[in-house]
Order: sequence, then structure tokens, then C-alpha cells
Amino acid sequence: MTTQSPPKTSRLDFNTPAMQRHRAARHFKDHLTRWYVAVGGLGVIVAVLLIFLYLLYEVLPLFGGAEIEERERYSASWVQANDPPLMLAMEEQGEVAIRVARSGQVSFFKAQDGQPVLQQQLPIPAGVEVTSFSVETPNSRRFVVGLSNGQVLIAQHNYKVTYPDDVRLITPSLAFPYGDAPITLDEQGRALSQVAMSSDSDGLVLAASVGRELVGTTVSVTRNLMTGAETRNERALTLEAASGDVRQILIDPLRQWMYVVNGEQYVDVLALRQGGELNGRYRVLEGTGKSVTSASLMLGGISLIIGDSSGGLAQWFMVRGNGNPQLTRVRGFDQQEGNAIALIQPEERRKVFLSLDAEGQLGVYNSTAHNNLLVEPLGGEQVQAFAIGPRADHLLVEHDDGQLSYWDVHNEHPEVSWSSLWGKVWYESYPEPDYVWQSTSATSEFEPKLSLAPLTFGTLKAAFYAMLLATPIAIAAAVYTAYFMAPAMRRKVKPVIELMEALPTVILGFLAGLWLAPLLEDNLPGIVSLLILTPIVFILFAYLWSLAPPKLRQRVPDGWEAALLIPVLIVLGWFCFTMSVYIEAWFFGGDMRVFLTRDMGINFDQRNSLVVGLAMGFAVIPTIFSIAEDAVFSVPRHLTQGSLALGASPWQTLSRVVILTASPGIFSAVMIGMGRAVGETMIVLMATGNTPIMDWNIFEGMRTLSANIAVEMPESEVGSTHYRLLFLAALVLLSFTFLMNTAAELIRQRLRKKYASL
Amino acid sequence: MKQGNFTTWFKSGAPWIWMNGGAVAIAVIMTLGLLAMIAVRGLSHFWPADVVEAEYTIPGQPAITLIGEVTTREQVPTERLHSAGLPVDPEKTEFMERELLKVGNRDLNGADFRWIVADWLTDERYPEDIVVVERREWGNFYGYVQQVKQDGKVIAEGDQAWQALQPAVDRALEIYSDIHALETGAIGKINSQLERIRLRERGLELDNALTPELQAELDAERKVQHDLYAELETQLVGLYREFNRDSVHLRSMDGREVDVSLGKIVRVFRPNAMGVGAKIGHYFSKLWEFVSDEPREANTEGGVFPAIFGTVMMVLLMSIIVTPFGVLAAVYLREYAKQGVVTRTIRIAVNNLAGVPSIVYGVFGLGFFIYLLGGSIDQLFFPEALPSPTLGTGGMLWASLTLALLTVPVVIVATEEGLTRIPRSLREGSLALGATKSETLWKVILPMSSPAMMTGLILAVARAAGEVAPLMLVGVVKLAPTLPVNGNYPYLHLDQKFMHLGFHIYDVGFQSPNVEAARPLVYATALLLVGVIAALNFAAVSIRNHLREKYKALEN
Repeated sequence: MTTQSPPKTSRLDFNTPAMQRHRAARHFKDHLTRWYVAVGGLGVIVAVLLIFLYLLYEVLPLFGGAEIEERERYSASWVQANDPPLMLAMEEQGEVAIRVARSGQVSFFKAQDGQPVLQQQLPIPAGVEVTSFSVETPNSRRFVVGLSNGQVLIAQHNYKVTYPDDVRLITPSLAFPYGDAPITLDEQGRALSQVAMSSDSDGLVLAASVGRELVGTTVSVTRNLMTGAETRNERALTLEAASGDVRQILIDPLRQWMYVVNGEQYVDVLALRQGGELNGRYRVLEGTGKSVTSASLMLGGISLIIGDSSGGLAQWFMVRGNGNPQLTRVRGFDQQEGNAIALIQPEERRKVFLSLDAEGQLGVYNSTAHNNLLVEPLGGEQVQAFAIGPRADHLLVEHDDGQLSYWDVHNEHPEVSWSSLWGKVWYESYPEPDYVWQSTSATSEFEPKLSLAPLTFGTLKAAFYAMLLATPIAIAAAVYTAYFMAPAMRRKVKPVIELMEALPTVILGFLAGLWLAPLLEDNLPGIVSLLILTPIVFILFAYLWSLAPPKLRQRVPDGWEAALLIPVLIVLGWFCFTMSVYIEAWFFGGDMRVFLTRDMGINFDQRNSLVVGLAMGFAVIPTIFSIAEDAVFSVPRHLTQGSLALGASPWQTLSRVVILTASPGIFSAVMIGMGRAVGETMIVLMATGNTPIMDWNIFEGMRTLSANIAVEMPESEVGSTHYRLLFLAALVLLSFTFLMNTAAELIRQRLRKKYASL
Repeated sequence: MKQGNFTTWFKSGAPWIWMNGGAVAIAVIMTLGLLAMIAVRGLSHFWPADVVEAEYTIPGQPAITLIGEVTTREQVPTERLHSAGLPVDPEKTEFMERELLKVGNRDLNGADFRWIVADWLTDERYPEDIVVVERREWGNFYGYVQQVKQDGKVIAEGDQAWQALQPAVDRALEIYSDIHALETGAIGKINSQLERIRLRERGLELDNALTPELQAELDAERKVQHDLYAELETQLVGLYREFNRDSVHLRSMDGREVDVSLGKIVRVFRPNAMGVGAKIGHYFSKLWEFVSDEPREANTEGGVFPAIFGTVMMVLLMSIIVTPFGVLAAVYLREYAKQGVVTRTIRIAVNNLAGVPSIVYGVFGLGFFIYLLGGSIDQLFFPEALPSPTLGTGGMLWASLTLALLTVPVVIVATEEGLTRIPRSLREGSLALGATKSETLWKVILPMSSPAMMTGLILAVARAAGEVAPLMLVGVVKLAPTLPVNGNYPYLHLDQKFMHLGFHIYDVGFQSPNVEAARPLVYATALLLVGVIAALNFAAVSIRNHLREKYKALEN
């Protein structure tokens, strides 16, 4: 054609400007598409992988320790020499602080620069000196001073916040809740060497020591409901004298126990509810040469922290064993370098305490998590007193040279440590260490119990029972469908199984919780007998079928056996349910549930693991089925044909050739099914009681990680430890399923390669 | 037959084959049985069952008259009844039949349902003049119509009462729809206008730009709206007066008499007097109410329209988001990226993300989308609405985005599969003819793989429609006052929370105070959801098969 008309070709010029422009435009479009696709595609992939990073970003702060940072250091002009501080404290915002000095001078000042706000003198009678001092609890803001004439004075520091001109103004004041006249504690007027108090709206307990002797008073206040007038009822306590010099007295806020640190190594515990009777003398330090140097109660007043001269810190509390409560050592901490502990301060809202040693090093500890968050020198001179703000975000320190320093504290998540998440923890008021998940409570003194162990256990338990049901059924069904089933039937069965996979889990959960659980409770013998009888009846039917006249047998083509079993199963199911009540009446006295609980001692919850196993098994069967079926089906035909040609029976071929070849594929199917069972949320949420218990009992429920997230996430405060822990739970789930799936995928890929080479 | 025979038969392996077959039978029965049960329970709920009246005598107590629908019958061991404190003798009979009777009248009886022992029920009869009254509160009423009153005066009594009741109820229902239209339409609009004025004022205040003139302008606008509202309010008061004009005097099974305002009645009917035709009509009208109406009585009665709407809209939005991105990623992975270890790793990672628990996506959506992204957007663009969050709280947009993220692996995998199935020869043919890579992509590859994308999308939609766990964290609520699309500016409210069928099932089934009464409705909702998802899945399967056929033809 072209040779016939050479002039035409010459006219066809591909290099006209228009063509060039066209080509350039095409080239440009090509490039544009390339970039567009590359950027867009990579963007999507990055966005998807962002999930990992974001979860990690939310979780990581949990594992950081505490940090402190010095902001200011100043010397305040109003601090008098030779007038050491008895107490430092800050109000909520960390803006205004209070210092109580031995001379009875109370100064309120700006915590950041020491500017005085208010100065006041405690109304101490003339010629009397302050001989002892104690703070009730940091959050009651009350303190008591013991005087040299055997009297005590109780005071409280208050702060009022106002907003004139939209600027925050904090006005401090000093109040005397029991009047500004001192209360006499020691009738003989001796100087009180140690003093302690505990109070609430109903009354007050005061205790003090004179040498080894203890004096105490309880004051109960009764209010007339009509007039509002108060009547005070004072009663002296008779307290047993201590066995050594009293170093410190502590009374818990519930006024149940009084702890007297006496001598070098002993603590006497007095039961205040029994009028101050001695509960016991406990040796709190072992070994010679050590002595108790400081002690303090933790938030809530249950735990006692004892610091000793070798830098050891230990938490003790009263454990109610079989008989009398005993003061028990729960856990110990060590300050670095073994310097004596000089001061211990509990935080106001968390189970955190701070300790200062003789070298001026600050240690921050969490009792529940049993971890040391920080040990850091406060710099310069030794420390006389320090205070941590109520929000635990500021620290105020008075040094030996009279200088004050103001620090920022970052310690957001002290409650988390490896041991508190995964180990047994001895919680306050518990008789022994245990795994507990209990994240929130109404009171602020609550000790958060953040063990992920029961949740992980619940997750595995639910997955285990689900897999117990699903694995055999799914694999057997997959093998049969892929290997024995007639193609026509296979075309009908596969969509049914696919439909099974598409059923929303919320529907399965709903049915499990509201239909299956009550059904199971009422027909427990029926269900159990159905589970046991099904395989037996299958075999029995198969045997009878093999005995049936050949004419009848030949009517059913090969590969349709499963269809025959459907009516058999339906009849069996009907039979079992009808018999259920009779079995119950004959063997279990009419009520199997009662029988289980009373005679067998097995707890029975209506929404239990059996329900979850059945429902979640249902959800997992199709997942395992489709992958396993695929693996069995793609076993090269020549292998099976070879085996059959050599005279092996179909079953021998299946069990010795097909399953063996396909076993990695079947294994990966089980892994993917496991991944699904572990992450499933709605079914476990609806079909279990969601109680975080650790027990393999099939008739009890559980709480899984995923259900826990669904239940607690909406109420969790953003950025709190609880919130981040739920993110950690999500991350655990994500990593677990991701690893499972990746492993399964790798196995499958290898299998595919193997088939290809066969 | 001899024992030896069984042993040989057993050793041949045949029983194991049968056992395998049995597993298939179990799986099939489980699935089909489950679907059948949902269908039967869900669909039977709308059927007007006959109402029985009978004398019920617990031995040792005076007889009482019961009126109600029998919902369940079952055999229980007498022992169990005995331990429940009923005067039965376990020695005499081993089993007794008991029935669950829906007696309604929750305002009088305290509970809708009552278990009774069938043997103690005597003189069962089905009087034609028993009426069932569906009410907006306190559930159904079963009993007899005594009088119809207008403004407290009796206008019809006895036999005439039923004749007079039906038109009066229809009239009240008409007024109800007027009131509803007024409240959600005009008054809703005024409220939204007032809110916008408030936000504008606050915005100006924040910018320190609220001059007295502007303030006056805003106040004037506000006044216009308030006047409009006052006008509508008088209209509404009038409608309400008309609405509550009539009442009906009813007698319950135990002879107690109550007056029920017609304004509280949704429907009255006499099931025992209905023929099959009338019952079928009633059935379909109830079915229509179910799919088209709003829920009543803490979601235990009425319809699920807002939930259907929310589900569909969220899924649509998700599809719009997920399709382009999923396809883009698949095209990149298959056509542009260098096929090596990295691409393989990414492919496996993406594949596996489809198996990550959905709750994890919910957590991510809550933390990243809502608190981080939504919170920042609120700070930047909606400071006037703070502290109440606009996008910093769960809503339609974030739910769709979360689900898009959840389903993007599905779309990627399906599209990639479609891309792999396109024969190499086609690609090479196109390139050989001088087409650039992008032209090949746009004109050959993408059109040919479009059925695969459709499959991916449909599978994604089916998965998204059934997911509930992540949605619980990112914006689904049990009752949303308005639809996400309405007549108020800006018409499409993507920041709004919404209702969802799956969550509806969870909420009504598990959080509802009256689970027993709500259960049939939950079955119906479940059936609806299963229907939608099954249809989507079958569509995906048939498209996939069609696609495979098509390329088989091309390969040869």
C-alpha cells in the first residue's frame, strides 16, 4: 500500500507543531498520571500504616518515667533565720503556698517568687513553744501543732478563688475548725513530743506522746437536726505506752488504726475502734543498725510507707487474713545509694509518694505499680521541707540555706509498669496478690487496678472455646467440600458459607445473648447431648446406609452424602431438645443448672463461654472454611490421581496425600480464624457478662480486650492513663492479629510456590 | 450383621468421609436455620395475632380474667414451677405446659408479659369486640371500648363506640402529622437560624468585632425569628388542643376503666373480628410503618427509618471516600511500583489489615480523627461554638472515614486481583500501538478492571454495613433527633450523630428497659440488615463470576 503512493507518506509529517504539542501533552499526561498514582497510592498506604504509629504515639507516654525541672530559686526576705519550717504546702493551682514555722509563724506567699501574701501568727499562749507538729492528710489541709504545755492547736488553710476582671485571684486564709483556743491533751501539762490527728464532720481523734507514754482523746460531734447546734463529747483514750521512744504517730482517716513508730525498728498498731487496744507490735526492719527515719500514710490512709536509715522504703498495710488483721509488708523500694530517708510525702490524688534522702535526692514512687519513677538530686544544700501540689504538677522545696525553689513536675502516668499490667499485684485491702482489672471508681482514693492479665485471659478463653467448635467443623467441611463433594452441590454450598461469613456479628451477638443463652440455660442437657450424639449418630447412620439395599444407595450419586445427613441432623436436634426436659428430670433432679451449682460446685452464668463458643465459632467457621477449602482444592490433581491409581482408597489418599500437602494452608486458615476470634467485639460484648474473671469454667463468662475497649472507651478521659491503656489494649490486639495474619500469609505463599513447582 | 463387618467398614475410612460430610451439613443447617429463624420471628411480629380471653385460676386463689396474645408455649418440668413457688405437685405430673401471654396495659399491670400455666386456663374465648390499642406510651392496651368522648362529653357508647372511634383516631393522626411537620419543619428551621445567629455573635465577639451596629442587626434578626416563633407557637397550641380533644374510655381485663386521649393512640384494631384479607392489609401497613416511620417508646415500637437512613448514608459516604483511594493504591501497587520485596511486604501488610479487629479502627478513629483532627479543626474554624464541639465529637463524617479506612484493604485487594487478571497481551497490545502508559491505564486497564472494583466496593459496603463495634466509638447514637440531611442550612450535617441498624439491634436488644416487648422488633431489624447485606454479597459474587467468564473468553 505505501509503496504504491510514496507522495502520500511524505505528506504525513509527524513533526508538525500541532503533533509535537500533542505528543508533549501526552507525555505530560503520562508523567502526571505516574506521579498522581504514585503519590496517591503511597499516601493511602501510609495513611493505613499510620494506625500503627498513632496507636504507638498514644501508648508511649505510659512508659516514660517522671521528670522534674527547676523553674525558680529564690530566697524569701520574710523567712527568719533559726526558724525552721514545719510544713510547706501548695494550693490547687500551684500558685500560692503556705509555710508554717516552728515559731508559730504562718506565711502565705507566691510559690513562684516568694512574694508574701499573708502573714499570721498561730494563737499560741505566751511562753509556750511548739514542740511537735503533724499534717492530717494533704487533702484535708488541716494540721495540728503540739505545744510544750500539753495542749494542741488545730488549724486549716483555705483558699478562695475569684475572678475579678477575668483574672484569677487566690485569697488564702487560716481557719481554726475546733476554735482558736488550744485543746488540752495532757492533763499534767507536759510537752508533747509527737502529735497526730484525724477528723471529719462527725468527730476527731487526737493523740500525742510524752516520752514513751501516749495520750489521746476522741471528740464526737453530734448536731441537733432542728437547731443546728453542736454538742461536743470528749472522751480520753487510755493507750498502752510504747516500748521505745516514739518517733511518729499516724492515724488513718477512717480512724480505725493508729500507728505508733516507736524505738528504732518497731511499729505499734492500736485499734481505735476498740478504744485504742493494742493490735500488735510489729518489727518493720530486719537487721541491726537500721532504724526508721520517716513514715507516712498514703492517699486513703490504708498503706503505711516506712523509710529507713539505709535508704529502704517499704509499703505496709493491715491484711485481714483468717483472724486478726496483721500489719504486713507488701513491697519494698530502694532509694539509690542507700542514704537515709529524711522525708516522705504522699501525693494528694494518686498512690504516689515522694521521698527525700539525707543527700537531698528526690525519689518518686508508685506503690501499686511498684516502680521507681525518678531519683534526682534537688541541687545545692540539704533540704528542710518540700511540698507537692495537689495536681502533682509542681514541687516546692526549702533548702538548708533558707532558699526556696519551685519545680515543674511531669508525671502523668505513674500507675503503669510491667508488673502492674501483667503481674500479680497486692492491692490495698486485698488478702493476697491478684490479677484484677478495675479501672474506675466513684472515690478519688481508689487504687486503680490495671492488670491486663484478666482481659487477655478472657480474650484467649473466648477464642479457645470458639476455635474448639469451629476448627473441626470448618476443616472437615472444607475437606469434604473440596475433595468429595459433587460439583453441583459445591456450587450450592459455597454461597451458603459465604453468606454465613457476611452475617453481621451484631446479629450473631444478639441471637447469642437473647436467644441462645436462655435456650441453652433451659435445655442444657439437650445441647450437651446434641454435641456428644452428633458424631455418633453420623457414624451410625453411615453404617446403616452401607447396609442399605444397593438400589437405594445408588440413587444418591457420589458426593451427595452430606445432603443425606441434613435431615438426620434435624431429626437428631429435635430429638435432643424434646428429650432435654426428660434427661433433666431423670438425671439432674429437674434442673441441671441448680444441679451444677449445688452438687458440682460449678458456677453457672446465663451468658457463658459455651454461648460465646457457639456464636463466635459460627462467625469463625466460614473464615477458616474458605481458606482451608482453597488450600485443599488447589492440591494438584495428579497427586491424588497417582495415589488412587496405586490402589489407595479415597480416605487413604485424603489422609496421607491431600491433607499432608495442604496442611500448611489449613494451618494458616486456623491462624486467620484465631485472629478473627481474638478481635471479635460485638459477640463477646453481647453474649458474655463482661466480668473480668480468670477461670477456665465453660459455664462462666469473661471480659475480652475488645469488649473492654467498647465498654470503657466512651467514658474514658482523653489523655488519662486509662485512655492510653485502652489504646494499649488496641495496640496489643492489632499486633497480635497482624502477626498471626502475616505468618499465615507467608505460609500460604510458600505453599503456593510449592504447588507451582509440583 | 456380624461385628467383623462393622470393623472392616470402619477401617475403610468411610465413617470419616461421612463425618466430614456431616460437618458440611452442620454448617449449612446452622446458616439456613439461623436465617429462617430470624425471618420467621422478624416477619411474624407484624401479624395481628388473635387475642384470647380466658379465666385463669391459680389453685387456692380466686379466678381472674386474662386478655392477651399467646407468644410462647413450652413444656417445663413441674419441679421448676414448684421451686418458683407455684402450688403444683411435682409428684403428680412430671411436666406442665406454660404460656407467655402478652397482656399489655403496662400502665395498669406494670409489665407487658405474664407467664401462666396452661392447665389452669379455662373458658378460652375469642370475642370479636376485643380491641388492641397501640399507644405512643405504655405499650399496647387490650380490652373493650366503652365510650368515645369529645371534650369530655360522651358522643358514642356501647356498640356505636367502635364505629365512632376509627374516624376519630384517623382525625387525630392527621393532626399529629401536621404537628410533626410544623415542629420539625418550621420550628426546626427557626431554631437552626437562632443558633446560627448566636454563633455569628459569638464569632464576632471573639474577633473583637462586635460593634453596636452589628449587635443591633443581630438582635433585629433574632427578633424576627422570635416573632415568627410566637406566631407558630399559637398555631401549635391550637393544633394540640384539637389533637387532645377526643378520648376513648376503655375497660381492661380486670374491669378497670381508663380514659386514653386519642392523641396518644397510633392505631386501634380488633384482631378477632378481622378476616384474612384485613389481616394481610394490617400486616403490610405495619411493615410499612416499620421501614418508614420513626421509633417510638425508647425504640421498642414504631419504625427504624432513621436507622436505615443513617446506615445507607454512612455507607454511601464511605463508598465515595474509599473507592478512589483504594483504586489508586491498587493501581500503584500493581502497575507502577517496582515489584520487589518492598512491594510484596506492603501487599502483605495491606492484606493483613483486612483482618485487623474492627474495634482497633474505632479506637484509631476516636483518637486520631475525632480528638486530634476534629479538635484542631474546631479550634481553627469553629471557635465560636466552643466549648461544645462541632467536629471534635463523633459524627457522620468521622464514622464514614473510619469505616473507609477499615474497608480500604478490601477494595485494594479486590482491585488488585482484577488488575492481575487482565491478560498481559492486552496491555502489551495497547503499548505496541503507541499508547502511553497512562493512556493504557485510563482506556484499557481501568475500564476492564471496573467490575473488580465494583466487587471490591460491594464487599466493602457489605462489611461496613454490618460493622458496629467501631461505630460505637465514633458517632452512632441510640436516638438522633434529626436526620443528617434536612431543610436547614447547610442541608447536609456531616457533624451530626446518627442512628444505625446494627447499633439499633445492640441498643434495643441489650440496653432497652423492656427487652421482651422489643425483641420481635429487633428480629425484624436484624432481618432487614441481613437482607441488605446478603443482597450486596450476592451482587458481588455474581459480578465476580461474570468477570471471570469475560476474561476466560479473552484469554483464549
